[in-house]
Amino acid sequence: MLTCRELTEVITDYLEGRMSFIDRVRFRAHIGMCRDCRTYLDQMKQTVRTMGKLPPEKIPPEVQTQLLERFRDWKG
Amino acid sequence: MSLPELSARARHGADSSPAYPDDAALVKRLLAGDEAAFNGLVEQYHGRLIRLALLFVSDRASAEEVVQDTWLAVLTGLRSFEGRSGLKTWIFSILTNRAKTRGQRDKRSVPFSALSNEHAQDDHAVSPSRFTPTGNWSAPPEQWDEDTPERLLLRHETRALIDHTIAGLPPGQRAVVTLRDVEGLDSTEACNILEISETNQRVLLHRARAKIRTALEQHVQKR
Repeated sequence: MLTCRELTEVITDYLEGRMSFIDRVRFRAHIGMCRDCRTYLDQMKQTVRTMGKLPPEKIPPEVQTQLLERFRDWKG
Repeated sequence: MSLPELSARARHGADSSPAYPDDAALVKRLLAGDEAAFNGLVEQYHGRLIRLALLFVSDRASAEEVVQDTWLAVLTGLRSFEGRSGLKTWIFSILTNRAKTRGQRDKRSVPFSALSNEHAQDDHAVSPSRFTPTGNWSAPPEQWDEDTPERLLLRHETRALIDHTIAGLPPGQRAVVTLRDVEGLDSTEACNILEISETNQRVLLHRARAKIRTALEQHVQKR
């Protein structure tokens, strides 16, 4: 039987699809019965999704102007 | 399809339909000298390239130089861009090659393969104090609303918190989570760039994600 604590350590293997069939069954069985671990799994998915939305810094206008000049040189 | 490199591929018996049609259209516009297309490309990628360069070089100025060089290399290479990989993958590979070389030259970079065991043995995804001795939750996580972290992401404070947490991770964890979760590369791409095994990559990703979740959890609870 997978404990809650163990589940938090194998969650990335699960999310990455790198679990054996039997481990996956045990993981799913635990999640099915344990609301707290469902919450944890959900938080982890939200964490990953949130990182994917971190905006990169904006390009400074002077750098953009500079690069555009290089582009003009390039296209000749 | 009039792109020269695609015709060349067709002549060599390769599939002539582009694997990345949006990229093919963009490359065509760039080759035609379309300034709006170039501005769009630069706006889309510049900040992301800086973020990636900072994984390999020691300071901001070096990262900016590497990114400038990358853009010039992109222009130089565009005419022979084959479209076999996506444009993003191609640009990222130019960047990472340059950033790695620069990092080595400055002798500030350690191979990521040497960092895969950087987590301590007692590095837990969740503090052991939150479990009973038999491994059940004693202080379980609280349900977040569907959109909680994403809504919070609109706040400067939350973005700063995540950026800060990622920046404070050990280098291997920071690199993996940036490539995988922030930039959305797949595990094969991340392993190739960092020259680490799939297993090491997964361990680093696991540690990094756990720490960021914990930081977000503390942040959400303060709200």
